[in-house]
Amino acid sequence: MSDVAIGQRRQPFALRFPSVMIFLAILALFTVGVTILSEGFGIGVISTSFIKTLGKTLCLCLVALAMDLVWGYCGILSLGHMAFFGLGGYAIGMWLMYARTEIIVLESLAAAELPPTPEEVSNGIATQIFGVVGSSEFPPIWAFAHSLPLQFAAVVIVPGLLALVFGWLAFRSRVTGVYLSILTQAMTLALSLHLFQNDSGLRGNNGLSGLQNLPGLDDVPQATVSLWFFWASALALGLGYVLCAWIVSGKFGSVIRAIRDDEARVRFLGYPVEAFKLVIFTLTAVIAGIAGALYYPQAGIINPAEIAPIASIYLAVWVAIGGRGRLYGAVIGAAFVSLVSTWFTGGQAPDINLGFYTISWVDWWTVLLGLSFVCVTLYAPKGIGGLIDLITDRKSPNRHGASLGPDQGSLREQEAEK
Amino acid sequence: MLRFVATFLACLTLALPISAQQADAPIQQLLQSQSDLIIESSRRTIGPAIDALANSGMPEAQVVLDKWQTREMWVNKETGLFVYAEEVDRDTLRIFDFADGSEIAEVPDDGFDQLKPNSGIRGLIGTALVQFQLSDPNPDTRQRALDAIERGAEESHLAALRASLPKEPDALILARKQRLERLLTIAYGATDAERIEAIQSFGGDLGVDVRAALNPLLAVRVEAAEALPADADIGRVLEPGSAALSRDDAYALLVAANLAKPRISVEEQRNALIANIADGQVAGIQVATLNSQEARDMAYAALAEQGTVTAVATEAEVDQRLSNHVFFERYVGAPPEVVFAAQAALNAIENKVAINQMFDLSLDALSLASIYFLAAIGLAITFGVMGVINMAHGEFIMMGAYTGYVVQLFIPDYTLSILVAIPLAFAVTFGAGVAMERLVIRWLYHRPLETLLATFGISIALQQIAKNIFGTQARPLTAPGWLDGSLVINDIVSISYIRIAIFVLALLFLALFLFVMNRTRLGLEVRAVTQNPRMAASMGINPDKIKMLTFGFGSGIAGIAGVAIGLYAKVTSEMGSDYIVQSFMTVVVGGVGNIWGTLLGATMVGFLQKGIEWFNPSNTLAAQTYMILFIILFIQFRPKGIIALKGRAAEA
Repeated sequence: MSDVAIGQRRQPFALRFPSVMIFLAILALFTVGVTILSEGFGIGVISTSFIKTLGKTLCLCLVALAMDLVWGYCGILSLGHMAFFGLGGYAIGMWLMYARTEIIVLESLAAAELPPTPEEVSNGIATQIFGVVGSSEFPPIWAFAHSLPLQFAAVVIVPGLLALVFGWLAFRSRVTGVYLSILTQAMTLALSLHLFQNDSGLRGNNGLSGLQNLPGLDDVPQATVSLWFFWASALALGLGYVLCAWIVSGKFGSVIRAIRDDEARVRFLGYPVEAFKLVIFTLTAVIAGIAGALYYPQAGIINPAEIAPIASIYLAVWVAIGGRGRLYGAVIGAAFVSLVSTWFTGGQAPDINLGFYTISWVDWWTVLLGLSFVCVTLYAPKGIGGLIDLITDRKSPNRHGASLGPDQGSLREQEAEK
Repeated sequence: MLRFVATFLACLTLALPISAQQADAPIQQLLQSQSDLIIESSRRTIGPAIDALANSGMPEAQVVLDKWQTREMWVNKETGLFVYAEEVDRDTLRIFDFADGSEIAEVPDDGFDQLKPNSGIRGLIGTALVQFQLSDPNPDTRQRALDAIERGAEESHLAALRASLPKEPDALILARKQRLERLLTIAYGATDAERIEAIQSFGGDLGVDVRAALNPLLAVRVEAAEALPADADIGRVLEPGSAALSRDDAYALLVAANLAKPRISVEEQRNALIANIADGQVAGIQVATLNSQEARDMAYAALAEQGTVTAVATEAEVDQRLSNHVFFERYVGAPPEVVFAAQAALNAIENKVAINQMFDLSLDALSLASIYFLAAIGLAITFGVMGVINMAHGEFIMMGAYTGYVVQLFIPDYTLSILVAIPLAFAVTFGAGVAMERLVIRWLYHRPLETLLATFGISIALQQIAKNIFGTQARPLTAPGWLDGSLVINDIVSISYIRIAIFVLALLFLALFLFVMNRTRLGLEVRAVTQNPRMAASMGINPDKIKMLTFGFGSGIAGIAGVAIGLYAKVTSEMGSDYIVQSFMTVVVGGVGNIWGTLLGATMVGFLQKGIEWFNPSNTLAAQTYMILFIILFIQFRPKGIIALKGRAAEA
């Protein structure tokens, strides 16, 4: 991750950042490996449900990337990015639910003596979807639910617009640091409380369900569908990684890192700090929305509890444990913590019998996670990604003979040679 | 033979006591004169008999009615004389004379018929009895009679009530009687002028009974006509399709009055079409083309032309009919003058009710504000004074509440257990706070974002530990008995004592905070360390120790707040996270570093939430949502809170 060397011709992007190439190679290998081992297209070593878990993990890695960009690189500790993740999920979930229910309703009406009128079809779908919250009419926000392209657009536009408005309000009044964190947390709390209401138009605390079934593709087995989503998630993660790496590599990346380190100084240098922050905030919200849109069809259900403040805190925990300020750190953290968490809470971890008390990991895993998170914050701020520094730091950076600068009195020469 | 002897013997034994009964007593004579009616016992014919008894003016009449009603009146089969009796056992009666209440004898019940009035007659008797009860010497009986009238008032009660007024010795009961008399006059007064006067006498009375008496007078019936009649008893004119009268209801009204053709539902129309499918066609129209509402309407109209089904109104006809008619309310509860007086009185009452509700709402808001203040005051110390973000603050509240719960397990006396729980909760959370400061926070003083995350880790862990120990279900923390109930100011304004206690506690905390910060050595040193740690250190203050104690103090106050909040809400492992965001909001909105700001912030948040709930009372979720949105917007305009620190203190 050496930065741009001075006085040198610019090398191609891929050569300057070998870590991107390494990451993409590992991701590709992983994807191919999983496909070969899968039930759908391979030898069937990995179960379909585990493919789904892996696919969901890739989506979490993608939203962790977004979190790393906004927190690790730009210094905005947002405790609300899972709200954007959830909004993306809701946007795609609306179409999935609408289209699937439409097929069911049309089938049931086809048996009737008279061909159904459009009103009857619409009422039938609405009763199916909203009967659970005691309503039989479509709320206005479902106006575009019939159209896949429009809902795809909503996956990007709704989180992006919310982030743009919220960010614009917050940044222009110079809300920074912990205040901004609390404000973003309040935003996600307000959103989840709103969605918990039955008359919010998104089925209250029932949420949207049955999202794992793709409309019109009932014949395709879940083993195949799960692989499709796995590939899509891997592709999205790869593209997201390249995009994030490209953003942080150039001058733009330098500016946002500078904002993280000393916002006032960057402002005095004449950079429009607010605009930079707003771009990063909105962009990461869009990435989070896309990740959510890929995640929830694999999870099968989305409800307002998914965007409760605690979810966004876990997101920060992943990035912190993985190592913020480096993109692969976020990916490692999200993958590691969410997989280990699945292992512990799934009841697969062996319980520890202390004689007088049995530690059941289903109950105590959260305690372990919380405390290890405290330890990481205190003793290993670089996170797991810091382990990679142990390897790369052995090799001194290639300075191509350039001097270390005029400061002869310092120990920089010794440090550089270590 | 044996039977004959037995009867003879019975007659012998009976002969004596009956001769002892005063057959010529006035009450007995009165009963005898109504004897046929009484024995016939029919609800339709019994009226004169009861009236005769009730209006006789004889004190014994009350006993008669009373015993009659409770089925204790018997009639001698031979002499036809009435007595009342107790059943000694299955076959024996102890009979009494109505004239003086004296016991006559114990006799077998063969010679007597029990009078069994049905429920209708018992109701009539009860009404007649009221007038006796209203002037009964025993005040409890009079009160009970008034209770009975309040429950089910009848027209006849009015006269009885009026008759009993002059004789009432007890001032309190008299006042109650007079009020009831006016209420009954509203409903049953003989003349309109009398009723209007009674209505006006209640100007601005908040009692629910007044509103209950006035509301039936305003009963309306919706009617339709070609043109608005000029009658005096016409109320509002209604627009079809408005909130008061939906379009469908309006049209149904016209149909019911035979002013328009009936309409048919989509469902019925479909069934009618299905019933008339022939060769894949309905009235010559292909079934396959009936996939829109217009096509179905056309098919149905075609069927109607053939005469297969009855013609129905089309949408255009419905619109035309509706626009041709005017819909209005007609007052049916009372004559127009009375209605207008009642309307005016109700308006006056409603204005007063609104003012009182406002006051009640303010009390609610104040108590909510004191809860937020309690939850936030610990944060005002750790976050406001020290600048340390403690996301585990909510879990300290929870620890305090659970401490109270555990203390109550050991000390069953609620008053004592709360007195023990408060210092113990302070001690527990003080210890937890000091431990946390020593182990975690002091390493992170210059990395606020990481403090936030680390304390979040602790918060998650503490929450799960509490869940593992105490389970997921809510645990009770019971308030002492003297905090039960509420202070009732009038029918609308009331506040529970526990809320008052929390309010008082909040004020005590404010005083404690001000005292500690401004009047003690610790407070002086805290302020010194906050403003300039290095300078404080060179003056001989140990900043580490002060920071540790301050953090412990803030955490300890959170523990006490936990006990108070636990009394008011259930104790669960998640109760802390319910308050944490609101607490931070309170501190941030009020202005960091200033206790008065926190107080203002809590007041604002409390009043705001109650105010929003007032607009939409059924939905507290929406209220919280809008409140958070409002706070986000508020911070746009006052990023530093209501009371912003200025100068050097602001930079510390």
